[in-house]
Amino acid sequence: MPQLDFANPLMMSKLIWLLIIFGILYYVLKTYALPRVASVLDERAARITADLDAARDAQAAGEATMAELRASTAAARAEAHAAISAAMVEAQAASARQAAEINARLSAQVAEAEARVRAARDQAMGALREVAGETAQAMLTRLSIVVPANDVTAAVDRAAGQGAV
Amino acid sequence: MAEEGKAIDALGQFELGTVFGPVGASVGFTQSNLYMLISGCLIVALMVLGMRQRAMVPGRMQSLAESAYGFIDDMLLAQVGSEGRRFFPFVFTLFMFILFGNMLGLFPYAFTYTSHISMTFVMALTVFVLITVVAISLHGTKFFGYFFPEGAPIWLAPIIIPVEIVSYLSRPISLSIRLFANMVAGHVMLKVFASFVVMLGALGTIGPFIAIMPLAINVALIGFEVLVAFLQAYVFAILTCIYLHDAVHLH
Repeated sequence: MPQLDFANPLMMSKLIWLLIIFGILYYVLKTYALPRVASVLDERAARITADLDAARDAQAAGEATMAELRASTAAARAEAHAAISAAMVEAQAASARQAAEINARLSAQVAEAEARVRAARDQAMGALREVAGETAQAMLTRLSIVVPANDVTAAVDRAAGQGAV
Repeated sequence: MAEEGKAIDALGQFELGTVFGPVGASVGFTQSNLYMLISGCLIVALMVLGMRQRAMVPGRMQSLAESAYGFIDDMLLAQVGSEGRRFFPFVFTLFMFILFGNMLGLFPYAFTYTSHISMTFVMALTVFVLITVVAISLHGTKFFGYFFPEGAPIWLAPIIIPVEIVSYLSRPISLSIRLFANMVAGHVMLKVFASFVVMLGALGTIGPFIAIMPLAINVALIGFEVLVAFLQAYVFAILTCIYLHDAVHLH
């Protein structure tokens, strides 16, 4: 087996060359090749992290905007509700006031009308009494009974007071 | 001539010779070293030319270089932890050098430098010296406590300590023999079946038809050898990582 032929001088020189070549390869890779790979990988990792951060920031901003929008919608709705209820209260007050006014006017008119009716009735009553006195006087004259006019009027008034109350 | 042609010379492929004429011969530069030089150049080319574009989205060569980097980086991180970072260039060089040696050796007429026990032993010895130096420089004399695990009954010490020392000292041997034996066995098999193809092919009219069988075996073997070439480089690297873990953490 040639691998076990350690008497071969090439065996030793081969190993020395091995160490030289391996050493040079190690040095070149360590100082030149591998740092370049590392820098590319780091760059990419940094880029990915930055992109992810940017995406996360954008998402947060979007969520904040959304929350703001939701809050302002809620505020607007509350404001609208308040305005509606205020208007409603005002309208109710106005209508109540109007109704009270109308009621007052109507009751005043009713009272006035009643007063008018009462006056008319009193007047009518007075006229009736006069007519009754005259009629009684006329009837007494036909019967040739002479009675003072004042007595007739008093009698009519008495009769009217008894019947008409 | 006829006699020589019939003998199967499976080991001739491991014979050392010099290259580059008298200059190479005078400095003992063997074909083994030539392939070391070639694989070193290929590794540097892969890592430098592959990464030349520094693309955000890597191309084919760049992703090959990056995955080789990431493979060893992940291995070191998983086995040794974050302290393993400073051994990264060494483990990476070791892995790539062995992997490229194994793979280059599969090409016809190529010399497989990992098929020499002296070469694999020197690599394993480098690892052994490294882990021992790291362990002693990190832990000082406490390193020797490694040979007697804490909590073991004291009366077992006469058994445990020699066993631990032997197992520690046998690390470079097992590491080097595993790689060497795998590569030699694979290449001997390839050579034997390839010789069968030639011999059977010479057997008159029927010969070429029979010769298909060893040829088919060789095709399958090449597939296996590619797997073994990768696997042995991986095993060498991961065992180095495990030893580094022991050196850094002492169990």
